[in-house]
Amino acid sequence: MQSFKKSVFVALWFMFLTFPLLVVRVNTLKGEVEWRWMNMLWVGIVFFILSYVWRAALERKGQKKANNLDEDGEEILGFRQRLFQDPVIYRKVIAAVLIAAVIFPFVFSSYQINIMVLALIFVVLGLGLNITVGLAGLLDLGYVAFFGIGAYSYALLNTLYGWNFWFCLPIGGLVGALFGVLLGFPILRLRGDYLAIVTLGFGSIAKIVFENWDGLFKGASGIANIERPGFFGLEMSLEQSTIYTYFLMVLMVIFTVFVVNRLKDSRIGRAWMALREDEIACVAMGIDMARTKLSAYAFGAFWAGLAGVIFSARNTYINPNSFTFMESAIVLSIVVLGGMGSIIGVIIAALALILMPEYLRAFADYRMLAFGGIMVLMMIFRPQGLISDVRRKYDLSALQKKKEAKT
Amino acid sequence: MSVLLEVKGLTMDFGGLRAVDSVGLEVRQGEIVALIGPNGAGKTTFFNCVTGIYTPTGGDVLVHPPGKKTRRINGLKPNVITTTGMARTFQNIRLFPNMTVLENVMIGRHCRTTTNIIGAVLRGKRTRAQERETIEKSYRLLEKVGLAELAGEFANNLPYGAQRRLEIARAMATDPFLLLLDEPAAGMNPQETHELDALIVRIRNEGNMSILLIEHDMKLVMNISDRIYVMEYGKEIAKGTPQEIRNNPKVIEAYLGEEVHA
Amino acid sequence: MDWAYFVELLCSGLVRGSIYALIALGYTMVYGIIQLINFAHGEIYMIGAFVALIVSGALTIYGFSGVSILVLAALIAAVYAAAYGITLERIAYRPLRGAPRLSPLISAIGASLFLQNYVLLAQTPDFLPFPALIPDFEFMEPIAHIVGSPELVILVVTTLTMIGLTVLIKHTKIGKAMRATQQDMIMARLTGVNVDRVISVTFVIGSVLAAIGGVLVGSYIGQINFYIGFMVGVKAFTAAVLGGIGNIPGAVIGALVLGLTEAFAAGYVSSAYEDVFAFGLLVLILIVRPAGILGKAVKQKV
Ligand SMILES: Nc1ncnc2c1ncn2[C@@H]1O[C@H](COP(=O)(O)OP(=O)(O)OP(=O)(O)O)[C@@H](O)[C@H]1O
Ligand SMILES: [Mg+2]
Repeated sequence: MQSFKKSVFVALWFMFLTFPLLVVRVNTLKGEVEWRWMNMLWVGIVFFILSYVWRAALERKGQKKANNLDEDGEEILGFRQRLFQDPVIYRKVIAAVLIAAVIFPFVFSSYQINIMVLALIFVVLGLGLNITVGLAGLLDLGYVAFFGIGAYSYALLNTLYGWNFWFCLPIGGLVGALFGVLLGFPILRLRGDYLAIVTLGFGSIAKIVFENWDGLFKGASGIANIERPGFFGLEMSLEQSTIYTYFLMVLMVIFTVFVVNRLKDSRIGRAWMALREDEIACVAMGIDMARTKLSAYAFGAFWAGLAGVIFSARNTYINPNSFTFMESAIVLSIVVLGGMGSIIGVIIAALALILMPEYLRAFADYRMLAFGGIMVLMMIFRPQGLISDVRRKYDLSALQKKKEAKT
Repeated sequence: MSVLLEVKGLTMDFGGLRAVDSVGLEVRQGEIVALIGPNGAGKTTFFNCVTGIYTPTGGDVLVHPPGKKTRRINGLKPNVITTTGMARTFQNIRLFPNMTVLENVMIGRHCRTTTNIIGAVLRGKRTRAQERETIEKSYRLLEKVGLAELAGEFANNLPYGAQRRLEIARAMATDPFLLLLDEPAAGMNPQETHELDALIVRIRNEGNMSILLIEHDMKLVMNISDRIYVMEYGKEIAKGTPQEIRNNPKVIEAYLGEEVHA
Repeated sequence: MDWAYFVELLCSGLVRGSIYALIALGYTMVYGIIQLINFAHGEIYMIGAFVALIVSGALTIYGFSGVSILVLAALIAAVYAAAYGITLERIAYRPLRGAPRLSPLISAIGASLFLQNYVLLAQTPDFLPFPALIPDFEFMEPIAHIVGSPELVILVVTTLTMIGLTVLIKHTKIGKAMRATQQDMIMARLTGVNVDRVISVTFVIGSVLAAIGGVLVGSYIGQINFYIGFMVGVKAFTAAVLGGIGNIPGAVIGALVLGLTEAFAAGYVSSAYEDVFAFGLLVLILIVRPAGILGKAVKQKV
């Protein structure tokens, strides 16, 4: 009864709250007021139910905390560990994914391949931002600026000097990294929260510069006629080129995963994580904070730069509108949804978040609404993401044996 | 015995508050030195000044690393000071909670290893050797503090006493010649404290490390310290052997007679 | 030097600055108490403007007129902004108290995206014309080319609001509770302050100020859409950081500095680059004075 009353109250509250925006619509030109009472009814019903769900979920979370051992988490972890740590299953899964990836372009249309390429670009962006935010714990709300910098680097070098894609790819990455360091310097000493605003400002500045420096960046109209990726000067039809770009992107993803995975469990990766966990303890253990922060920014930005080069080669046309805060927010929600620090999680999240709106057209309008909601809910109920980062288990059996031998 | 750490007239102000008031202190090779005093005396602040977390308002902090040149370390960054060979633990435990116990110790090896980004990606022979060495050294330290079985656990899942020992292992991983422990026994039960007591002595004897510790547990302090410094309201009010401190009227007054006789 | 132009820029800078100040106060008060950048605060401002637009539109159509519309629209907008503010805190922030610092921040960004798109979907993605609710005063006629009536109203209303806020915080019981909570939440709770209530009240005050800003800006600029809260929110937060976050007079000073910088940059350099100047100023100040203009550098206790 108590909870029924609560839910009724919640429903009424939200009906009141959404009333002016969801029910009333004023058309000042025609002098009409449109009343959409049905919406109010829906809000009432939906929030009545949601409030039950919400309370139950919060309660469960509270219990888990109290018990201090999340049974559910353990269970999933057990399953995941079987999946990702049992080498037999793990290899089978990877093989299946690879085969699917190879077959994909021959089954689906150019249009769909193109979308897939975009999704894969976001996978790389997600993995890159995951280094800065997920591993090193440095919030970056202007990540898309590096993406744009990479894209414009290739666009300019190609259209002005005719440099080819392969030559520009590493340049794009390095320019991205350079700007990462440039951004990193002024904010080294800043408190964590200030990073948010400064990086956001950096993102806006990049877009403003792209938009207004007509002489170099061609302003709002953007740069056209950028060369697609080439293959030793081979002539390719549009379709072939699409498939080629697709495979290139698949390789790129594999490369990114390889590198990020190696770094994660290295001296550098551990230093990034330590920085995320506790800055003071981190410096007290002899880690140079400035270097570690800068390298995290630079390395995250490096991937954005690479992805940018591929993005402009895929599109053959870029303008500043591809590099707004919205894109940064999308990449951030990919990281959040996937699980901070988790490579597989980020890949799944990127594919889901980019492909879903493309295929579920009805969902497309609600995309950003859903992203926003997901970010809030994930933080409250599953801050570790869908797939939490599985820490590497080192094989210590050799060491243990040695000790036994000694004693 | 050569002096390792030499602090002269160390002063630290927070706004109007003088938390540490011209305190002098010395630690010699192979010593266990204790810094004691009532709550709020400025002991932790003293540590923070020595380890570079705060820049002292005045005074000199000199280190004489064995076999190397003397260095004045006021105002140096904490990581630089750690690299010269002084490592610490924290009164309010500051582990890396979402990393494993082993990884926590491996972080301590950071300043003694050299792998860079490119090396980590290529994972060449040297990198692998270094990584193996890091793991092995870290594991040995865990054995030393009795946490080897828990190497794969997340640090925040450890019981309190184990977290304190993990902090010690992590600090030792930086290969210090001087270990600074801030209330290592806080929150431990008598059994654990007793084991800690033995552990600290063992570290000193086997590890070729000297130890400076802050501690409220008088029994532990009196048991293991070679010399004791006493602070009150930021000032140093006494120094000497445990025997001298036990009978020092100023100290007894500061503690209102409690504990000291334990 | 063209003095009339200079004065015009000065006025426009002050107007901008006062709007930023109204919103920056919400950021700074919330930050002072729960150390959270309430990223969705700009959206509360936007919702305030929308509610005012809808109410005034409906009232106009149903035959109301003049000042009654302005008063009713502003009142209802304030009520709704407050309601949204409280709800936002309850849903997106309260469950995250005590979580790692990045969590509430990301939640706030999510909430901001959500509210923007909620208004987009519930109303329209397009700009809507906002009625000129602020009348033109006759006595302003002679100087209208330099300072218009809406500008005057904005400056006066902002000043009055600041005075009101200062009185509230300095001299009322809830104000004392707020200051206590800001200094030490645990201690405040121990001494009997209802911290949850203080936080809610802080959100209410911040939201009402933002709504006032929304109504004023709407009728001054003449059009709004779902996205107006974003940039203004970012700028207002920048202002709060400039002044020293958590510091109320600091927020006002930061806002005025920012408003003036933008106005002069737009007037003398190029309006396209005004944001570059705004953020450039922020970075500069943070490098020189990491705690902001009035902020005190505190050493973290270890
Ligand atoms: N960052 C800081 N800012 C302001 N005051 C501080 C700061 N750090 C410490 N203090 C003050 O300095 C004094 C000494 O504190 P400190 O933590 O060094 O005491 P302590 O001897 O370690 O006490 P305890 O035994 O309780 O740990 C206290 O009054 C404390 O409030
Ligand atoms: Mg202390």
